[in-house]
Amino acid sequence: MLEIKNLQSSINEKNVLKGLNLNVNPGEIHAIMGPNGSGKSTLASVISGNEDHEVINGDIRFMGESILDYSPEDRARAGIFLSFQYPVEIPGVSVSNFIKTSVNEIRKSRGLPQIKANELLKAMREKLDLLSMKSEFLSRSLNDGFSGGEKKRNEIFQMSMLNPTLAILDETDSGLDIDALKIVANGVNKLKSSSNSFIIITHYQRLLNYIKPDFVHVLSDGEIVKTGGAELALLLEENGYDNIVD
Amino acid sequence: MERNNENKIISEVTTSEYKYGFVSDFDSDTIDEGLSENVIRTISSKKNEPSWMLEKRLQAYELLKTMPQPRWANVKYDEINLQNIKYYSAPTKKEKLNSLDEVDPEILKTLKRLGISVEEQKRLTGVAVDVVIDSVSVSTSFKDRLAKDGIIFCSMSEAIQNHGELVKKYLGSVVPAKDNYFSALNAAVFSDGSFCYIPKGIRCPMELSTYFRINEAQTGQFERTLIIAEEGSYVSYLEGCTAPQRDENQLHAAVVELIAKESSEIKYSTVQNWYPGDENGKGGIYNFVTKRGIAHDYAKISWTQVETGSSITWKYPSCILKGKFSVGEFFSIAVTKNMQQADTGTKMVHMGKGTKSTIISKGISAGKSNSSYRGLVKINRNAKESRNFTQCDSLLIGDKCGAHTFPFIDVKNSNSTVEHEATTSKIGEDQMFYCNQRGIAEKEAVALIVNGYCKDVLQKLPMEFAVEAKKLLEITLEDSVG
Repeated sequence: MLEIKNLQSSINEKNVLKGLNLNVNPGEIHAIMGPNGSGKSTLASVISGNEDHEVINGDIRFMGESILDYSPEDRARAGIFLSFQYPVEIPGVSVSNFIKTSVNEIRKSRGLPQIKANELLKAMREKLDLLSMKSEFLSRSLNDGFSGGEKKRNEIFQMSMLNPTLAILDETDSGLDIDALKIVANGVNKLKSSSNSFIIITHYQRLLNYIKPDFVHVLSDGEIVKTGGAELALLLEENGYDNIVD
Repeated sequence: MERNNENKIISEVTTSEYKYGFVSDFDSDTIDEGLSENVIRTISSKKNEPSWMLEKRLQAYELLKTMPQPRWANVKYDEINLQNIKYYSAPTKKEKLNSLDEVDPEILKTLKRLGISVEEQKRLTGVAVDVVIDSVSVSTSFKDRLAKDGIIFCSMSEAIQNHGELVKKYLGSVVPAKDNYFSALNAAVFSDGSFCYIPKGIRCPMELSTYFRINEAQTGQFERTLIIAEEGSYVSYLEGCTAPQRDENQLHAAVVELIAKESSEIKYSTVQNWYPGDENGKGGIYNFVTKRGIAHDYAKISWTQVETGSSITWKYPSCILKGKFSVGEFFSIAVTKNMQQADTGTKMVHMGKGTKSTIISKGISAGKSNSSYRGLVKINRNAKESRNFTQCDSLLIGDKCGAHTFPFIDVKNSNSTVEHEATTSKIGEDQMFYCNQRGIAEKEAVALIVNGYCKDVLQKLPMEFAVEAKKLLEITLEDSVG
């Protein structure tokens, strides 16, 4: 589904990713761990097409096609979703209006008609339940005045509404208390199927107690330096990165 | 008091018979460019006005001659030469086209996207309509309904003929000719406008819109509107239209006066979309408007405006809160792009005890445009325990535009409360990327963000108007990023 080959990127003329390789197949969950500044969030930005970053070498193929020339919205419409580390506030735009616009723009790009209002509402109610969120949430301004936990839950809520083929969770666990963490993990597990995949970027092992990854990768200085199964995360938790990255 | 003086002058003039019977020598329906006493006499005579009306016009003209053009607004333009303007043209002047095929396709495209019906498109673009257009019959049944309640809603010309006493009493009572240069000009040469009278205790059963009387008279350049709400009455008035309006006259100087008697309420909503000129700032309407309402005891006046057109907008809908516990509101969205300039805001003058005013102004600047908010909140000594809340926001799109705020606050007693909040924001790259990442491309993202930003004001508009205004904002700001 996703093939990243020798990916090199820079921001403000500083090289960040330095030849990264990653393969993600349908139905897989990949965790990406690593110390601060190793390039974890950059990887999320580059896959989703953030133009602050320049790709200087390598390729990203999604569903068999190179997406390097795709705009961010075209990548999103192709099925790539990014759960932002720092979700952006848009005052005056309600959560439901934002989701409606998003759903319909994506449908339009696929030649589908606009979703019916009652269908959309029904779907939103179901997903809210799944994430233990109240329906008042829908009429609030997007991320405006949200607590850290609410912002992250809102990201997962949007993800469940858009049902992406590939979801990248960029430090979705940071700023969540243990209850919220369980709820978010539960949301991801419910959404998981044999046809979609997740890349979970995290500092800590604790989220991986609730979402079981098929692969754990350790990123250091713009490269993946070690890959293992779920047990690698536990090892990292015990011994720190220094013993693995040298 | 100023107003008493004004009334005195008016009554002195109107009680003495006008001595010069004046007959126009002009046969044609248009008179030449230029402003003179003769021109004013011609306008008045062509409209068959009573002598008191002519006197009012001539007084205003005398005042105008002594006044300089105001230059304090934060807008740039060459001094307007009043001698280069035509002050009268027959109402039927608009060129009739035979079919929509002859209309500028750009205009048609916009009309279609605004969701305006084919019949309506024809009306707006001046295409002769062969089918009997609905609005005539709508207008008739609509008038019958209003007449049942004793409501008068007609053109100003008609009102001068048929309701002379009311016009004589109230015209110029809130915005006297001497108020400013453009109000003097308007008082001297006004062409037509709307007149509306709501009797005591009547709640006007529908939104009054200029739409219903647009076929009767083409009002244009120097519009004059007068709305009187008697004690305990209510009226909601809609002015303008979201469709782009072109006009060959560059200077527009309208005057609107509202009189809200005890415990009455007037809601006045405007959508202004005059031709803004091309992207280099050529052409475009100068829109210099004076709008003011007076609120008596327990009365309420609300101004809501969506301003997207005109090359220069100079406009401060104001409330004089004369009566105790009267309320004034101003909700505004002003959009400028390309080379447009807007200097707009409001004045809230608190005179009565316990008066309250709210100001919400949302400016949006794109391109190389400039927009300014200019507001005055004045709380007089006797306006004890009065309150004002002002929120004044600016949104910038791109980095070549400007937004300015000029708030003036003048409080003359110690137990009133004035709050002022102001923000300036930009549509940030992070907001744009967030939207893009959800499959929303730039154009739709701008529309979404702008509509969110304007929400507080949009929801003050009557429903259908709000939907149109929303679409108008989207279309106006298309391609303004990047």
